[in-house]
Amino acid sequence: MRHILSILLENESGALSRVAGLFSARGYNIESLTVAPTEDPSLSRMTLVTSGSDEVIEQIMKQVNKLIDVVKLVLLTESDHIERELMLVKTQARGEAREEVKRLADIFRARIIDVDAGTYTVEVTGTGQKLDAFLEAVGAANVIEVVRTGLSGIGRGDNALRV
Amino acid sequence: MELTGAEILVRCLKEEGVKHVFGYPGGAVLNIYDTLNAQDDVDHILVRHEQGATHAADGYARATGKPGVVLVTSGPGATNAVTGIATAFMDSIPMVIITGQVPTHAIGSDAFQEVDAVGITRPCVKHNFLVKDIKDLALTMKKAFHVATTGRPGPVVVDVPKDVTTDRYAFEYPKKIEMRSYKPASKGHTGQVRKAMDMILAARKPMIYSGGGVVLDKSHEVFTEFCRLLGYPVTNTLMGLGAFPGTDPQFVGMLGMHGTYEANMGMHHCDVLIAIGARFDDRVTGNIEKFCPHAQIVHIDIDPSSIAKTVKVDVPIVGAVGPVLRQLNRMIRESERKPDEKALAEWWKQIEEWRATDCLRYDRASKRIKPQYVMEELYRVTGGKAYVTSDVGQHQMWAAQFYKFDLPNRWINSGGLGTMGFGLPAALGVKLALPDEEVVCVTGEASIIMCIQELSTALQYGLPVKVVNLNNGYMGMVRQWQEFFYQKRYAMSYMEALPDFVKLAESFGHVGMKIEKPGDVTGALEEAMAMKDRLVFMDFITDPEENVYPMIPAGAGQNEMILV
Repeated sequence: MRHILSILLENESGALSRVAGLFSARGYNIESLTVAPTEDPSLSRMTLVTSGSDEVIEQIMKQVNKLIDVVKLVLLTESDHIERELMLVKTQARGEAREEVKRLADIFRARIIDVDAGTYTVEVTGTGQKLDAFLEAVGAANVIEVVRTGLSGIGRGDNALRV
Repeated sequence: MELTGAEILVRCLKEEGVKHVFGYPGGAVLNIYDTLNAQDDVDHILVRHEQGATHAADGYARATGKPGVVLVTSGPGATNAVTGIATAFMDSIPMVIITGQVPTHAIGSDAFQEVDAVGITRPCVKHNFLVKDIKDLALTMKKAFHVATTGRPGPVVVDVPKDVTTDRYAFEYPKKIEMRSYKPASKGHTGQVRKAMDMILAARKPMIYSGGGVVLDKSHEVFTEFCRLLGYPVTNTLMGLGAFPGTDPQFVGMLGMHGTYEANMGMHHCDVLIAIGARFDDRVTGNIEKFCPHAQIVHIDIDPSSIAKTVKVDVPIVGAVGPVLRQLNRMIRESERKPDEKALAEWWKQIEEWRATDCLRYDRASKRIKPQYVMEELYRVTGGKAYVTSDVGQHQMWAAQFYKFDLPNRWINSGGLGTMGFGLPAALGVKLALPDEEVVCVTGEASIIMCIQELSTALQYGLPVKVVNLNNGYMGMVRQWQEFFYQKRYAMSYMEALPDFVKLAESFGHVGMKIEKPGDVTGALEEAMAMKDRLVFMDFITDPEENVYPMIPAGAGQNEMILV
């Protein structure tokens, strides 16, 4: 099953490679991984999407927690949470596509953030499925380039991951 | 007053109470060596290869419980140390390894003797640091010793660029350290401990299975007390030998691939398994699908990730062995319930039947020297009191089977990683720490060659260990597997062109002995042990085709042992 880990770790050089190295060394899967400093510059927040049986996920949690640089972690998918991913898509924008992509951007509440004679660059935010759906709607023939940030997530309500 | 980085580093070692550093100099660490040379608090032991330094520090740590300290240079110094670091990591041995590094401005430029030591060692250390700023040096050293020695211990690498060793800064060593990201557990959860007690007291066919965690936590006394309170059969892993007296009838021997029949059958048939400071290693469990099919399992371990890693457990307890067992012992004493004596007597009867197979028997009438006999005689001649280090292979198993360890820290071997070459340098580390104790390295002619250069270190520092070389002319364990599972196709397992070990020992300034007849074994051992101030290399020419029995073949369950 797919799971989202939220990790608070010391914002030190090498911390990211400790997490990434652990996953490759133990044969765990990483679907996506995002990391950036938090409001406290000494801490980084990492969101990692992985998959595995309950036993594997439990072992992943324990192994990540064992890393000395990891301060705290939660399994976001264990409780109510919000997922978001940002995608930048460069599309064809000639002929019919010029109208069609704009219409789709409106439907998906995406924004066209760059335009030239033959292309649009569209910014789409949402869950992974929404981004997939947008790409499908635009059609492979119209897609020139895709950049996705990987998933970020946060707990709902007063569920907070902080030190 | 401001000190140089090198001076700060040495002061840190002194503050940590470090008496001995094992190492090898080189360009990146010359400033540190210059500083070490100018003081008397910390002695430096010059090895002949960096792998030897790590194993010596490792042996030192295993025998004393204090962290072993290593100092090596950048590049090849660091890479040569990696095998020893990984060895310590697999067996959770506290060590601090200081690696030199090229100057900070040169890092990343493929400078002379530059490697990414932090990157290379990352998967085989508990933690590692690159000190880029002298301001962080003392705090980093404090953290390194703290992390290495607390919780589940392990090696910690501190990579120090050369310019950091010449920069100057005020020295202040933190008395205490708090790390928000590192807070190892100690006491167990009371509710879980109570659940464990209920399960333990309800057992009808219990087994106590303990590992290296009991030794590392220095908890053999409270562990022995726990075992005696219950009267349950006790088995130890290879790493756990000595935690419970090996000569006690309650001890059913080591378990696992070359464990005793009674220990493995006991595991297979038990209804409650009490695992303490052990990690269900594949050499212990055999085929995991067939492991302990009837048992409910209590598992006490300080490392949560060791629990339910390969085997599901019913009552997990995260905590240090000592505190948890003290909680348990108190609860058991206060409880009105007692172990079911009738069921236990039945269980012991069954275990004694298994024990009666005498699974460690061997041909005592052989005209060749049997390695098992050498081990039995070594045990007798040393009164069971020696510190025994070993290399890896058949000799290691025979030592573990036939030398009965009544006390912990006496049995020093590379259990997890299985590093050939470990035994001799480890023995030197032990002898340095405990000069009044008898230290014996049990080895084979293949393993000993891997770190033979350390005979030179032994001479320089006057470390009169005894080497028992079980020389069968083969990489014995490889040969055994080839005999059993590869239809006797002995690919590359024959040790051709062996040196004359007597002359070799003599050329290093030591005493060499060659023993070829069973009748000469005891006399040779006695003669060697009597030479208190000499390193004696005993080359025992043993039966080349002797195998280690009993054995759980790969893929089999613990109840499917091959007997002699």
